[in-house]
Amino acid sequence: MTVSQLAAAQAPPVSAAPAGRFVVVLDAAHGGDDAGGRLGNGQAEKAFTLALSVRLRSLLAARGIQVTTTRESDATVDLNRRAEIANHANAQACLSLHGSESGSGVHLFVSSMAPVQPARFAPWKTAQAAWVTRSLALAGTLNSALLQAGMTVTLGRTSLPAVDSMTCPAVAVEIAPERDAGKKPIAELDDPGYQARVAETLAAALLEWRTDAWRTTEAHQP
Amino acid sequence: MRIPRYQTILFTVLLVASVGMGVALWQLRERAHQRLLSGQDSAPTQAPEVAPSEQATILLASDADGTLLAQAQSLPLPQDPGARARAVLGKLLDMYAAADAAHPVPGGASSIAQVFLLPAQDGYGRGSQSGASPGGRGSQSKDPMQMGPELAVVNLTGAFVASHPSGILTEMLTVTSICGTLHANLPRVTEVRFLVDGQPRATLAGHADLTRTYLATEVVPHP
Repeated sequence: MTVSQLAAAQAPPVSAAPAGRFVVVLDAAHGGDDAGGRLGNGQAEKAFTLALSVRLRSLLAARGIQVTTTRESDATVDLNRRAEIANHANAQACLSLHGSESGSGVHLFVSSMAPVQPARFAPWKTAQAAWVTRSLALAGTLNSALLQAGMTVTLGRTSLPAVDSMTCPAVAVEIAPERDAGKKPIAELDDPGYQARVAETLAAALLEWRTDAWRTTEAHQP
Repeated sequence: MRIPRYQTILFTVLLVASVGMGVALWQLRERAHQRLLSGQDSAPTQAPEVAPSEQATILLASDADGTLLAQAQSLPLPQDPGARARAVLGKLLDMYAAADAAHPVPGGASSIAQVFLLPAQDGYGRGSQSGASPGGRGSQSKDPMQMGPELAVVNLTGAFVASHPSGILTEMLTVTSICGTLHANLPRVTEVRFLVDGQPRATLAGHADLTRTYLATEVVPHP
């Protein structure tokens, strides 16, 4: 492993951001040469994730939240570059956005790495390990908001190279069609109403996450 | 009229040659016949032995709730651990290829090209002490009770990977159900790695990382 592959680990998550500054990183997965999966209506996953990222960015900006995106167009962005963008943003929440025809509702994934204590330097490929506890807390906030909005949520742990290198509370959000008990779709991915509902719920959850982060920061101040 | 002497000699020589050639021809025929008979003896005359049916535990994934459910299945299981591993994974993928599968993935049993079993890193020392070959598992000659944890290398076909649905959940469920099914039926298998057509591959279908070693012991089926 080279020095350039070492990611400078942040200080403990709660005190990392000064009060009043709250940054969210939106990572629209795939793009350019990497089309991702093929969705039900023939749309490429890369187009769906970009549209969701743009919609979510607008909603967050309207709520006064600073947003950094990993891509704004149909461009190829390397997985390491995505993590670099997230790590440079010193963000309080990083969402990797995905779409899939499999499953139902919204799937939330946190890195499957075991939590470790933050260190001055961390290996690039496992930099997320120091943030897993905060990532699980962020997934919990997103889960509560989505369930409150009446959506089906599946929680899981997995290994995603871009997310595993992020030094921020990071969650991979995969949107699937909403299905009834008989597995028949009641809201498809190309349904603008469904997209809007998901985006608004995620934005509301991030707003709550910001409130919690500020409250925690204030509690730690003398 | 007297026959000239040279004609008598010529006739005698030709007669001896004809008899000699006849004898030689008869012997060659006999040899060919024996060769044919011996060839027939080496041909298979018995049907291949079918492994007896045993109970296997298959960890079936469900896309609806993202869970793995343990299900008992009766299927012929060979004694060789490598062939046994391939048999249980073949059954798992056959069930995923069924029309009413809760985790539909096309391909079936033929999607598993090979399964190799090697001493796992943490059990390498124990395997060496018991005489296991570092290069292979040597399952026929080693005492199974003395062997340590094993790494299973699952070689998938390119056709299976090309037709696998894309998505974090569906790919993660395929990987974890393979790992869990291997560990449930071969408890010594603690680690699993994947190859596609014999080569390393970055992801299964764009999401699940196939470059890492998966810990089969971490897969817990839904109660």
